[in-house]
Amino acid sequence: MKPAPIISFKEVNKIYSNGTVGLKDINFDILRGQFLVVVGLSGAGKSTLLRTINRMHEITSGEITIEDETISDYKGQSLRLLRRKIGMIFQGFNLINRSSVERNVLSGRVSYYPTWKTICGLFTKADREMAVRALQRVQLADKIYTRADELSGGQQQRVAIARTLMQEPKVILADEPVASLDPLTTKTVMDTLQRLNREDNITVIVNLHSVPLARQYADRIIGLRAGELVYDRPIAEVTEADLNEIYVAEAEKA
Amino acid sequence: MMLPEIPRRSWSQRWHVKGLVGTGILLVLLVASSRMTGVDVGMFFSNFGQFLNLLVRMSSPTWSYTAVIIRPLLETIQMAILGTTIGAAFAIPFAVLSASNLIHNRFLRGVTRLFLDLVRTLPDLLLAAIFVAVFGIGSTAGVVTLAIFSFGMVSKLFYEVIEAIDMGPLEALESVGASKITIIWFAVLPQILNQFVSYFLYTLEINVRASTVLGYLGAGGIGVFLQRSLNEFNYSQTAVIILATLAVVLVIDGVSNHLRRVLL
Ligand SMILES: Nc1ncnc2c1ncn2[C@@H]1O[C@H](COP(=O)(O)OP(=O)(O)O)[C@@H](O)[C@H]1O
Ligand SMILES: [Mg+2]
Repeated sequence: MKPAPIISFKEVNKIYSNGTVGLKDINFDILRGQFLVVVGLSGAGKSTLLRTINRMHEITSGEITIEDETISDYKGQSLRLLRRKIGMIFQGFNLINRSSVERNVLSGRVSYYPTWKTICGLFTKADREMAVRALQRVQLADKIYTRADELSGGQQQRVAIARTLMQEPKVILADEPVASLDPLTTKTVMDTLQRLNREDNITVIVNLHSVPLARQYADRIIGLRAGELVYDRPIAEVTEADLNEIYVAEAEKA
Repeated sequence: MMLPEIPRRSWSQRWHVKGLVGTGILLVLLVASSRMTGVDVGMFFSNFGQFLNLLVRMSSPTWSYTAVIIRPLLETIQMAILGTTIGAAFAIPFAVLSASNLIHNRFLRGVTRLFLDLVRTLPDLLLAAIFVAVFGIGSTAGVVTLAIFSFGMVSKLFYEVIEAIDMGPLEALESVGASKITIIWFAVLPQILNQFVSYFLYTLEINVRASTVLGYLGAGGIGVFLQRSLNEFNYSQTAVIILATLAVVLVIDGVSNHLRRVLL
C-alpha cells in the first residue's frame, strides 16, 4: 500500500504584492516520513514554498492540504495549532540571543499554554524535563543555562532543533539550515535532522544549496526554477547531470 | 603593469561643494535669526559686570542652610523617580503601538504617533503651571508634570529601539504558534530591556534637573526653596541650593553611567 500524503499542493500560485512571481502552478504530494530536499538557485522560490506550508506566507490561488485539511481556512487559534505541528529551522538560527538556552528551548512549547502562563513562565515540570531531553538529543544538555549568543553557529542551530522538538512536530521545515555553517558542523546538523526523520518518523523538508548534501541526505529531490517545479525524482533516479542542469540552465540564461 | 582604473571624482565632489554651501546657509540663517529676534549680543557683554557681582555675592554659601534643604532635595529626587517611572510605564504600550515592525496597521500607528507628537510639543513649564492650578501647590503637580513629560520623550526613544531589533526571533516564535503577546514577551522584550533601562536612567537624570525648575512654579521639591531664596535676595542660600542640586545630579549621573556600562 502506498503511504498517504501528509502535505499536498494543488495548483498553487503565489504572487507577491509587488508583482514578483513566487510560485507558479505547483502540484505535488509529500509523503509521511519522507526526507525531501528542495534545490534551486537563489531566488527560485524555495523559501516561499516552505513558508506557504506553515502559512508564514499566504498563497494567491490553489490549495494546500495538510493531513487532508485545507490550511487556508485556519486563523487565530487554529492557525497556531497548525503551526505547532510544523517545526521550522532557519538559516540564521533565529534564537533569542540574550536569553538562556533553556528559555529558547521552552519557547518552542508556548503553543501548549495560554498566553498568561507563558508570560509568567509557568512551564510544567514535565515540560522542563522535556526541554532537557530535547537538548540531550542534540548533545547540548550541558549548555542549558548558557546564553544563546555564547554558543557557536552549529550549536545554535542544534538549540533551534531542540526548540522545534518541543512542538512535537509532525513536519520540520528547514530553510537552508546549514548555509552559514562550516562542513563539520554542517554534518552534525544534517545528521540530527536525519535522525529525527528516521527515529521519530518526522517528515523533513529541507532547502539546500549544495548538490552533494542533497544527494547524501534526501529520499527525494525536487527542483525549483523561477517559481516552477522543474524536477521531481526519488533519490535512486537522481543523477549528477540532472542536478547540474537545474543550476546551469538557469545560470546560462542569466 | 596596468594600474586599475579609478573612477574620477566629479567636480562638485572634489571641491566639497555640498559642505561649503551647507556651512554658508547655516551662517546666513544664524545672522538673520539674531537680527530678526533682536538679540543684542553687545548687551550681554556690557552687562557682564552685574553678573560678576551676583557671583561674588553667591561666593559665601551659608553652609548651615544645608540641613534645611535636605528634605526638599529628597522630595525632588522622589518626584523625579516617581514621575519617570509612571511616564515610562505608560510609554511601553504606546511605543509598541508605534513601532512599524510590530504594528502593520498604518492607521493605528499614525494615530498613536500623532498623539505622542502632541504630548511632546507641550512644554513642561506649561504642564507644571496647569497642574499646579489643578492640584494646588505641592509635589503632586510636579509628579504628574514629570510623568507626562517623560512619557512623551521616552515613548519616542522606546519605539525607535523596538524598530531596530532583530526580527529573526519573532519569526521563529510565530512559526511555533505563539500568540502576539507571547511573541512580544519572549522575542522582543529581551532585545530591548537593556536599552529601555538605559533610556529610563537618562530621563531620570533630566527629570532631576527639570524638577528644580518646576518647583519654582510651586510644583514641590527644592525649587520652592530656590525661588524663596532668590526672592529674598539671599544669594548665600541660593548658592547652597545650587551646589546641593549639582551634587545630586552628579551622583545620579555617576550611578546611571555605571548602570548603563554594566547593562550594555
Ligand atoms: N516579501 C517579498 N516581496 C516581494 N518579493 C519577494 C518577497 N520575498 C521573496 N520575494 C521574491 O520571490 C522570489 C523567490 O524568493 P525566495 O522564495 O526567497 O527564493 P529562494 O529561497 O529560492 O532564494 C525572488 O524573486 C524574491 O526576490
Ligand atoms: Mg531562501
